[in-house]
Amino acid sequence: MRTIRIGSGAGYSGDRIEPAVELAEKGNINYLVFECLAERTIAIAQNAKLNDPTKGYDALLAERFEAVLPICKKNGIKIITNMGAANPQAGAAKVREIATRLGLGKLKIAAISGDDVVDALKVSDTKILETGAPASSMADVLVSANAYVGAAPMVEALANGADIIITGRVADPSMFLAPQIHEFGWSQDDWDKIGKGTAVGHLLECGGQVTGGYYAEPGKKDVADLARLGFPIAEVSEDGAIVITKVEGSGGKVTEHTCKEQILYEVHDPKTYLTPDVTADFSQITFTEIAPNRIRVTGVTGRPRTDTLKVSVGYKDGYMGEGQMSYAGPGALARGQLALEIVKERLKITGVKASELRFDLIGVNSIHSEVLAPAPEPTEVRVRVTGRCDSLKEAVRIGNEVETLYTNGPASGGGATKSAKQVVAMLSALFPRDKVIPVIEYLEA
Amino acid sequence: MKLFDIAHSRTGDKGNISNISVIVYDQKDYERVREYVTPERVKAHFKGIVNGEVVRYEIPTLGALNFVMQDALGGGVTRSLALDAHGKCLASALLAMDVPAKN
Repeated sequence: MRTIRIGSGAGYSGDRIEPAVELAEKGNINYLVFECLAERTIAIAQNAKLNDPTKGYDALLAERFEAVLPICKKNGIKIITNMGAANPQAGAAKVREIATRLGLGKLKIAAISGDDVVDALKVSDTKILETGAPASSMADVLVSANAYVGAAPMVEALANGADIIITGRVADPSMFLAPQIHEFGWSQDDWDKIGKGTAVGHLLECGGQVTGGYYAEPGKKDVADLARLGFPIAEVSEDGAIVITKVEGSGGKVTEHTCKEQILYEVHDPKTYLTPDVTADFSQITFTEIAPNRIRVTGVTGRPRTDTLKVSVGYKDGYMGEGQMSYAGPGALARGQLALEIVKERLKITGVKASELRFDLIGVNSIHSEVLAPAPEPTEVRVRVTGRCDSLKEAVRIGNEVETLYTNGPASGGGATKSAKQVVAMLSALFPRDKVIPVIEYLEA
Repeated sequence: MKLFDIAHSRTGDKGNISNISVIVYDQKDYERVREYVTPERVKAHFKGIVNGEVVRYEIPTLGALNFVMQDALGGGVTRSLALDAHGKCLASALLAMDVPAKN
């Protein structure tokens, strides 16, 4: 029975570069997929595109393609990525420019867009899921709205001979599912197979998170050679049989337990994992080690997909200001607490207008609040004050009030830092599937 | 003993919702973890962090539980003022839960 091998070259936009090179060189893979588009990235990219119509794709697109494209061309590996972000056409044009400059010969590049529904949403009574308010009521602060598109347009692009696919917002697992549908001719309503192919995508979409990254617990869950972590490969057969593995000799490990952690990552009801392609069921999944670093996946099924697509909605949500300062040695905790009290009072006295404020002692309560039992007094603490304001000018004043602790606050404070930034926050909505029309454009290098 | 001694965990985030898996190292510990680590106990454990409902899903084939916690991330990862806006570290906080030693 025919089998294909799909590699995962990145688990987020800033991920390491060379594991993908290793996959392309030594992974014996047919497809290399890069998942690089977080929820908020596309809203930020949308702003970049508004300022310059040739921008708005992922900042590392050129570096990643320059690293892998010559090897992928030589080894006949097709590349699929959402690095197109807010501007897949510009991203595809950049890839063509790189291919031409490197003299790689003929390559067909597909740019898939159509996920941008911001104009439609601005005049729509579609409800925002988190608030229940109609989307139109937010029209003046909306920055972006992108529907999660499924595998179908990528399958079409592959059928039309694309070597490289650059998309905007698509569901992460769909990028891994598309080559399976294309290679094996699966029907897109063969729900069990689409469910299995989606499980492959979910296990691989975070790159090293299934090969021992984000897993190590010294003494309990040791992982060798994380500095050379190998990225994952899925071997998938025509009948939907799945093995998860990695490049031989690379760092990290693939075990039943690394797979268990990843399959539940960002999952709510494991019986109902919704994607644009299917309602996948992971509730009966099993992982079995058939050889070192080779895990067989069984027990995944699927049910019909929903009629709506999830839309990520980006909106301007004011400004955030922050300041930090460290205290150390005997009495560090008391001085840190005094510093927080001083800043709290200063923000009041000077009339800083903040709708929300937060006072943390890093090393004491900044992460787990009061959840954990009190620890012995730390030898160093770091004061952190953050707040939400309506203007950048106001947000800047928060960090300033931490910095002035230098000459006005407790003894021996050091290492002050401050920052202020605009906040683009995300909400979500469900949009009718038939109102999202994917567009495929082809470029030839 | 702590949950840390018999299980491992990973946190995921979607908007203002956090999910935390609890996976036993040894399948023989699954039943007592399932009995003890209830949604009510998890909600109480995260008092002051998790403001919404906690729902638990059971995945016996993995020896795993999955806790889905509403209103847990200070308004959501993209607007939270928290240092760990994703709540990535919550998994470790859950593993600090005391569990009764085996009979």
